[in-house]
Amino acid sequence: MNVNVQFREDGDMLLGYIEGEIDTYTAPILRDELELIHLSEGLLVELDLSNVNYMDSTGLGVFVAFYKKVVKENASLKLVNLSARLTRLFEITGLSELMEIEKGGATNASI
Amino acid sequence: MRAFDYIEIRVPAKPQYVSVIRLTVSGLASRVGFSYDEIEDMKIAVSEAVTNVVQHAYGINEDGEIVIGVGLYTDKLEVMVSDYGHSFNFEEIKSQIGPYQEDESVELLREGGLGLYLMETLMDEVRVNNNEGGVTVFTTKYVTREQVKDNVKSITT
Repeated sequence: MNVNVQFREDGDMLLGYIEGEIDTYTAPILRDELELIHLSEGLLVELDLSNVNYMDSTGLGVFVAFYKKVVKENASLKLVNLSARLTRLFEITGLSELMEIEKGGATNASI
Repeated sequence: MRAFDYIEIRVPAKPQYVSVIRLTVSGLASRVGFSYDEIEDMKIAVSEAVTNVVQHAYGINEDGEIVIGVGLYTDKLEVMVSDYGHSFNFEEIKSQIGPYQEDESVELLREGGLGLYLMETLMDEVRVNNNEGGVTVFTTKYVTREQVKDNVKSITT
């Protein structure tokens, strides 16, 4: 039971691929990984959640905290390739109105 | 003879055991006839309840335990999550939880407090009891069956 994050830079974009389960045990690991990101004005951070098999409110809390930092630094954040289940989680909690999320399955421009 | 099967698990109140509990509950739930989505909902709800104990019930130097009881019925599943640590004021906590509102300012966004709200949304019933020195969360999910009663005769043309 683990979470794994991999980053790739692409010009003004920072792509992050998150896989595994995010709960109270693994959320701190994810938080620490996101903490390593150097946020600068105009940076677009795109986090790909297609291989996140499980997430609960502890994961949501990590994304909210990260989102607050992103906004503070005038960067932007987008969560992409969310499963229907994850999308529903963000919708139930109202987070889909606050953060930019994109369901999986659509053709994405990210390389 | 009991109308239900009862399974009980006792684990240390540590983060690494939350996944074990949700795996066990999903295994038990599959015996009752829930859909895949309903079981996934239950995994989150139970993880939220257990996580609350792990995060709030015991102090840093305390070794606490969580007891999880699962009642398997033909048409529903009940989960009880119990600790022996500090009680919390359910009404007070409940007033602080709920979904994010569109006009909430970003700086003030809550990073916690969604657990109880998710439980209430994903399960059919949630009750919290403060016992002496501990908290017990009861939560129930009913199997959604077709809405036709057993004794209805079929229509013949």
